[in-house]
Amino acid sequence: MTIDVFVYFAALAFMLVLSVVKERRDLKIIWLFLLVGSILLLIFDKAYVVFTMITAAKVLAASMGAAFLFRLTLRHFVPADFVKEVVTLPLTAAFGLLVILITALTGIFAPWIAPFGEAEIVTSSFAPADQIHLMGSDQLGRDMFSRIVYGARNSVGLAFAATCLAFFVGASAGLMAAVKGGWFDQIAGRLADVIMSVPSLIFALLILSIFGTSIFVIILVAAAIYSPRVFRLARAVGRNTVVMEFIEAARLRGEGDWYLIRREILPNTTAPLIAELGLVFCYVFLLIAGLSFLGLGLQPPTADWGSMVRENAALISFGDVTPLIPASAIALLTISINFVVDWMLHRTSGLKE
Amino acid sequence: MGDITFLILKRLGFGLMTLLIVSIIIFFAVELLPGDIAETVLGQAATAETVEAFRNKIGLNRPAFVRYFEWLSGAVTGDFGVSLVTDNPVGTAIAERLSNTLFLATYAAVIAVPVAIFLGILVALLRNTIFDRLTNIATLASISSPEFFVAYILIIYLSVKTGLFPPIANLSGNMSFPELLNRTFLPALTLVLVTTAHMMRMTRAAIINLLAEPYIEMARMKGVSRWKVIVRHTLPNAWAPIITVVALNMAYLITGVVLVEVVFVYPGIGQLLVDAVSKRDFPIVQACCLIFAATFILLNLAADVGAILSNPRLRNPK
Repeated sequence: MTIDVFVYFAALAFMLVLSVVKERRDLKIIWLFLLVGSILLLIFDKAYVVFTMITAAKVLAASMGAAFLFRLTLRHFVPADFVKEVVTLPLTAAFGLLVILITALTGIFAPWIAPFGEAEIVTSSFAPADQIHLMGSDQLGRDMFSRIVYGARNSVGLAFAATCLAFFVGASAGLMAAVKGGWFDQIAGRLADVIMSVPSLIFALLILSIFGTSIFVIILVAAAIYSPRVFRLARAVGRNTVVMEFIEAARLRGEGDWYLIRREILPNTTAPLIAELGLVFCYVFLLIAGLSFLGLGLQPPTADWGSMVRENAALISFGDVTPLIPASAIALLTISINFVVDWMLHRTSGLKE
Repeated sequence: MGDITFLILKRLGFGLMTLLIVSIIIFFAVELLPGDIAETVLGQAATAETVEAFRNKIGLNRPAFVRYFEWLSGAVTGDFGVSLVTDNPVGTAIAERLSNTLFLATYAAVIAVPVAIFLGILVALLRNTIFDRLTNIATLASISSPEFFVAYILIIYLSVKTGLFPPIANLSGNMSFPELLNRTFLPALTLVLVTTAHMMRMTRAAIINLLAEPYIEMARMKGVSRWKVIVRHTLPNAWAPIITVVALNMAYLITGVVLVEVVFVYPGIGQLLVDAVSKRDFPIVQACCLIFAATFILLNLAADVGAILSNPRLRNPK
């Protein structure tokens, strides 16, 4: 631990000197603030705060390093057109892509990665972490690491299915409304208004209290709640495209509505729609995680990140961080997706500001 | 003045209409139950007579429209019927918890709104510096983490490890006001963290959008300081989007409050709703949903009306 503290202060001092040499006033303030703050905390006997900061610094440094390496590796695996994109990728977005990739792979290959089964009781309850059980065990003695791995398949898969449904319904209705206009536009628009005027979690709770908590109900509810969002965006971007000359040309050729949507409008609206896909996935994922946390999502013994937080919540009052592991898995994934979406929006908006 | 009154009345009319439609959805969604309420509540084992007696007791034998209008007129006066589980009137069960929830939401809003607007202005002033980029990352992270993650982190660091605030917000009747504020600090802080981030980003965006305008350039060129440009020249024109986003976030607080109440075992209406959902106590579920939806619609309406009122062109017609 003493070495850590030494390295920490040396790194802070080095960065301070570096920012003084490079004459970066804003960076200088930050490093000076951190350095003086840490020294003051040590003097006033609040060393545990410094240790927390050191841990945070380690995590940050590790993730930045991972993102940097990922960016370096990625440029060798993409087609030549994308190399420029990859090289100028911000570290946050690279980190986001890396996390998304890891989660997807973990979810797909869950049974091969997890050392134990998802509902298999392998040790005593609330066992601490060791060589065999990397993250300890939960309230029934199931291996936490295996359950996190399976959770990547169950929770993320469920949210992904709901997102795809919401997206398919919302985007096709929205583009159709943009092309057709008239009564279809009016009815779909009013319907979207009504659904969006009820808070999402409340709407989900109402429907789940009636139809019970089965996987299909959850997927349908989440899709019903978030398709109006997609509908509005798809309609807005669709309407901007519909007024273009090439649409008129296609209409004069005698193409049908469905052809117009598929071949003329969709290729011109992909960028905002893909960004929206990411955002809607985050919302759906957080909604389903919230429902699971309330005990109304996937039912046990299925491993699911939201319900794992709830099941182990009692440990919090002993200062144990086990319930935070699944919670941080949820947070990490949504934050990563938001980083990527932020970068995409920034890129397509042509670097405004 | 005629234009603006008409606009506001039109919005109010729309709001009432939406509320009516939502109340219809809430009431008739329960009618969609496979079977009906009586069969669902009593379960498979109940005899036909018990089910029939239960139907008579809660008045299920009358047509749904009659029951809907009775329910709606009751709801307006605060009478939401009788709980299926405890037989107590729903109105009294909700009244006390509703005031608790409103207290928590107000507590969070009173802290969050000024802090968010101030920080938003500050970040707009410091745009494109390292502070701006760090705040961008921090706010993005805080928006996208689930409420219970933020809540548990706060519990671990501010309660278990340092003992600054109590981890559970249990209320008793005879608490002094400072004691009450201390007890409910962590749930309020969770809500503050989750909403502040969004409001900050929108405030920053609203101000930066205006900074490209020629009159801002003019002000800069005649030598007005950066801070003054923002506070005196930009802010008055940015109020409309800021008010909208504040009202929308207050509406968001209403949803966020459910999860936060469950984490901190806070005796509010959100927890009542979650309990009622797992017990399938439909009158309580309907009442809570109606209250949440009404508040949500009201705040969205406030956002609209606020945006109209803060637009000088609409306020002073030619």
